Amino acid sequence: METTTVNSNFKSEKYQINMGPQHPATHGVLNLLLTIDGEIIKKVEPDLGYIHRSIEKMCERDSYQQIVHLTDRMDYLSSNINNEAVCLTVEKALQLAIPERVKVIRTIIGELTRISSHCLWWGVMGMDVGALTTYFYGFRDREMINDIMEETCGARLTMNYNVPGGLMFDIHPNFVKRVKDFIAHFKTKLPEFDTLLTENIIFQKRTKGIGILTREDAISFGASGPVARASGYSCDVRKYHPYSALDRVTFKEALRTEGDTFARYSVRIQEMWESLSIVEQLIDNIPEGEHRVKTNAVIKLPKGEFYQKVETARGELGVYVISTGTKSPYRLKFRSPGFSNLSLLNHIAVGGKIGDLVATMATLDLVIPDIDR
Amino acid sequence: MSYFSDIYNGIKTLLTGMRVTGKYFLTSRKGAITQQYPDNRETLKMFDRFRGEVIMPHDEENQHRCTGCQKCEIACPNGTIEIIWDRGIDEETGKKKKKIDQFVYHLSMCTMCGLCIDVCPTDAIEWGQNFENSVYDRAALTRVLNEPGSKLMPGVED
Ligand code: SF4
Ligand code: SF4
Repeated sequence: METTTVNSNFKSEKYQINMGPQHPATHGVLNLLLTIDGEIIKKVEPDLGYIHRSIEKMCERDSYQQIVHLTDRMDYLSSNINNEAVCLTVEKALQLAIPERVKVIRTIIGELTRISSHCLWWGVMGMDVGALTTYFYGFRDREMINDIMEETCGARLTMNYNVPGGLMFDIHPNFVKRVKDFIAHFKTKLPEFDTLLTENIIFQKRTKGIGILTREDAISFGASGPVARASGYSCDVRKYHPYSALDRVTFKEALRTEGDTFARYSVRIQEMWESLSIVEQLIDNIPEGEHRVKTNAVIKLPKGEFYQKVETARGELGVYVISTGTKSPYRLKFRSPGFSNLSLLNHIAVGGKIGDLVATMATLDLVIPDIDR
Repeated sequence: MSYFSDIYNGIKTLLTGMRVTGKYFLTSRKGAITQQYPDNRETLKMFDRFRGEVIMPHDEENQHRCTGCQKCEIACPNGTIEIIWDRGIDEETGKKKKKIDQFVYHLSMCTMCGLCIDVCPTDAIEWGQNFENSVYDRAALTRVLNEPGSKLMPGVED
């Protein structure tokens, strides 16, 4: 290790420490190898693979219906959106016409998933910077969405509600009422999020001006989702390549230009408002009709390559399928948002303090199973 | 100077935040979502679609609806279901017919994806609501879903 002598009494020395894989701020089993000089970070090396389950390889063995449930286990906080991505790819390849009802329900459930994911993120973000209260408030509101999901899909986290061709079963009769209750409830609670954390000077001082990512770097690192939008890079897949019912709703893409930790925080808060408004626009007029179109029991995609991307709560998820015409894909690749967003951590954390690294990582909103797959 | 104004602002915004928490402190009973599990076991009711485990309902005469078509076994992504089948003589027609001997369900491997229930042509299996599955021996999670001595319900064809 390199040693520099500050004066005759003190020596300053670079050394390495491990942050994780069991560190609470890594939100999962991620190991960061930090090279530090005192408090200053010189290098961050993420060490991946602790929960690699070879999901992509398993997909090559599974049928297309079975692949859907594996995606629940990638980014488990946006499981419905992941399911939707695979289903959309299969439907695109088969050129299936999907009923309007399915499209609208998928979008509503997708946006609810986004809100619930951001609620959880907000809770742990506060906790990472030392405000334990936010954790309980975030989870309180998330609980209502979990109840909606449990009643309609049957599960709280790993839904597997989408199937190629539609939805596994129709929405529960209570669904509309519960969602409306949630909208009314959350509209009064979201301002509290601001009072509790956003407006807090201590929180602002800890987050403003640290972990700055410029627009150019966001693009060249392949960042997506709130991380890229906080740097002024407009990249919302829902705006540029609308899927399901997103073409008939109006919403503003949350954009900030500062690119620091606080900007990423604000983008997510803004996104919760936008998602609420999307759900509100759709919930009153869910079209009648089928909840599922019949597909063959064994789905065989035509020969060729198919790609579909969606916007999960963390950014752009791409599903790339190469099919040789058999019942499972020849190769399936997931382009996960977490992996690209993690890749820029070293770039924005170097030169900062260890305490700032925790705040910066919290706003990258990493979900480790999404990175490792 | 900014040192003191920082302290002042810090305390002020902390107090603003504490107004919210204070409000809930005084009215906490109303909005509480915490459940007193396991003390509320008697009253705890899961949603009717809740996926706890796969069960096979039987009627009073110990009859189930499973024809042994093995579609669920094929649909299952992880080999949770094993159907051990046999051929029996159909009492009405006198012909040989497939019937299940044992419907083996390895709960410890089930990912609760619901594909088996979705694919079953005769609705022979459905979701049970039990979720308390801690056992001392893993083998206790391997179950035979059809009751001993049970028969196929008459009239059920796939
Ligand atoms: S729920 Fe899924 S994993 Fe469980 S037995 Fe059925 S098909 Fe298999
Ligand atoms: S449970 Fe249903 S799908 Fe499975 S073997 Fe019996 S009838 Fe067939």
